[in-house]
Amino acid sequence: MDVKRVKDYLYWLYYQYQLVTCSYVLEPWEQSMFHTITVTVLAMVVYTAYVFVPIHVRLALEFFSQIFGPQPESAVLN
Amino acid sequence: MGNNNWPDHQAQRVVVNGSHLACRLEGFHVCGGGEGIKVWIRAAGHMEPIRAQLGKTLSVLLGIWCQPAFKHEDETETIHSNELYERQKNGVSNGTLYKKTFIEHFEQAPMYVAVFTFVGFAVGTIFGYLRDFMRAWGLEKRNIAAEREQQKDFVPLYQDFENFYTRNLYLRIRDNWNRPICSVPGPQFDLMERVTDDYNWTFRFTGRTIKNVINMGSYNYLGFAETDVNALKTVTIELEKYGTGVCSTRQEMGTLDKHVELEKLVATFLGVEDAMVFGMGFATNSMNIPALVGKVFLQRADEGYGIITSNMEGSIVRLPEIVSLKNKYKAYLYLDEAHSIGAVGATGRGVVEYFGMSPDDVDVLMGTFTKSFGAAGGYIAGKKGLVDFLRTHSHSAVYATSMCPPVAEQIIRAMKCLMGLDGTTQGLQRVRQLEKNTRYFRRKLHEMGFIIYGNDDSPVVPLLLYMPGKIGAFARRMLEKNIGVVVVGFPATPITESRARFCVSAAHTREMLDTVLNALDELGDFLHLKYSRYSKSSHPELYEESRLELED
Repeated sequence: MDVKRVKDYLYWLYYQYQLVTCSYVLEPWEQSMFHTITVTVLAMVVYTAYVFVPIHVRLALEFFSQIFGPQPESAVLN
Repeated sequence: MGNNNWPDHQAQRVVVNGSHLACRLEGFHVCGGGEGIKVWIRAAGHMEPIRAQLGKTLSVLLGIWCQPAFKHEDETETIHSNELYERQKNGVSNGTLYKKTFIEHFEQAPMYVAVFTFVGFAVGTIFGYLRDFMRAWGLEKRNIAAEREQQKDFVPLYQDFENFYTRNLYLRIRDNWNRPICSVPGPQFDLMERVTDDYNWTFRFTGRTIKNVINMGSYNYLGFAETDVNALKTVTIELEKYGTGVCSTRQEMGTLDKHVELEKLVATFLGVEDAMVFGMGFATNSMNIPALVGKVFLQRADEGYGIITSNMEGSIVRLPEIVSLKNKYKAYLYLDEAHSIGAVGATGRGVVEYFGMSPDDVDVLMGTFTKSFGAAGGYIAGKKGLVDFLRTHSHSAVYATSMCPPVAEQIIRAMKCLMGLDGTTQGLQRVRQLEKNTRYFRRKLHEMGFIIYGNDDSPVVPLLLYMPGKIGAFARRMLEKNIGVVVVGFPATPITESRARFCVSAAHTREMLDTVLNALDELGDFLHLKYSRYSKSSHPELYEESRLELED
């Protein structure tokens, strides 16, 4: 029974997505086109986030940590 | 505000940031009729401003003649607070104009709803452009009306872009409108089943009738749209006596004794000197306003076909304030009670009675018989001089056929029933039942968490849907549950405020209303329509009668 509930819930989510984006009124081929475009855009967003967000976060942290005084690698000539 | 048609030898209209309109009103101040124009007027310190916005379809021009003295907001405030002070000096309390509480709701939806609504319209528009492109380049069959090849050089008959919205958005869900019914539009009706094979371009009837669909869309406020043989006895007699056609205009040979009887009855009902009836409700306005108004322009003060209960908003006009305004600025008041006559007021005599005012306060009372009386036609009532003027100058009296006698008899019997002249209390019972139904329905919808617009006493209940995708889904699913509703979208309402409009009737039983409310509850959860931030409970007990109800 749980599987059915999950399936119903997923269908309901899909239905909400259709209503909110007004793809409910489109013909099936238009809906396929719309879903393809949406999924593609979302995938690109996710991929971009995956690639760039860690690097940006690291750079930002480095930038802000310099406020507390630059930390030289070594102050002593070895 | 974008209106260009001002009379040029008068001072211009003064609108201060769209929320104040303070000027001398001369000539006729028409309140109501048609769609699209609401005037927000701040008239006295404690009154709320009535919003001013220009609408889409204009059937009359707009104009108010102003005096420069009233240009400043501060001056306006002083003048009006003086008026308020005068009233208070005489010992009347703050709520002087209103004898009962006046509660209207126009709750705003959360922001994300508006955002998604626009997203929805954007998607629809983009795909509309795509389809238009495909149609223009022959990639898709063209189903729309177009001119013939030989006429390409002529003046264009069809404006392509203007119908963009109709072609690409309305058409996709148009199976929810123009549904043919095949029975009397009482509390329940029968629908002819229609299906479409090509996405609503064409329909075909399957031959099946959907029976006993609960009717939440007809303006059958008092339930006089009925086929009960006993009720229609007099109508049948008149039908056999006079036939159905009058074949003449009022000024030629179309004034029958039935019209005289009806007009006297209408005048008695409303408490005015005289009245005149016309064969068609809309024509009452369109034929008589030109006769009354002439060169002076008109200002419409509300939206929808009835100022009183606005067709789409479910609000009631603030008559005391408008009357005090018109008295102050020496304007005439034309009150269009298409929806409110019969439906509002302690004995069904309309907004004038609802606010406890006298009909002498209003110069021209107009109404229709199509809604609460289950007939057709309209009336204009007022002082004898006014009605005599109309009898000679009305365009309808000169050119339009007069009301047919069986219809006149239906109105007479309905009105007599309402006034109690038929010896029963049925009329009053109907009015009370409508009041009870209205309050019950509205209260339950509020409790469930829907956003409902309008006055608590108005039988027109707009339930906000907002997103364009939900309009079609809502109407179709309600029909699957055997309930017929009217949904309205963009051109008739503001773009973000699509709604479903319910018309409560005195003929609805408690069971029918409960069926509808249950269905709405379910559908509200399924479509996620319960946007209100003020809902009390999530699952109100519909059958609990033990709770103390003040109105019962």
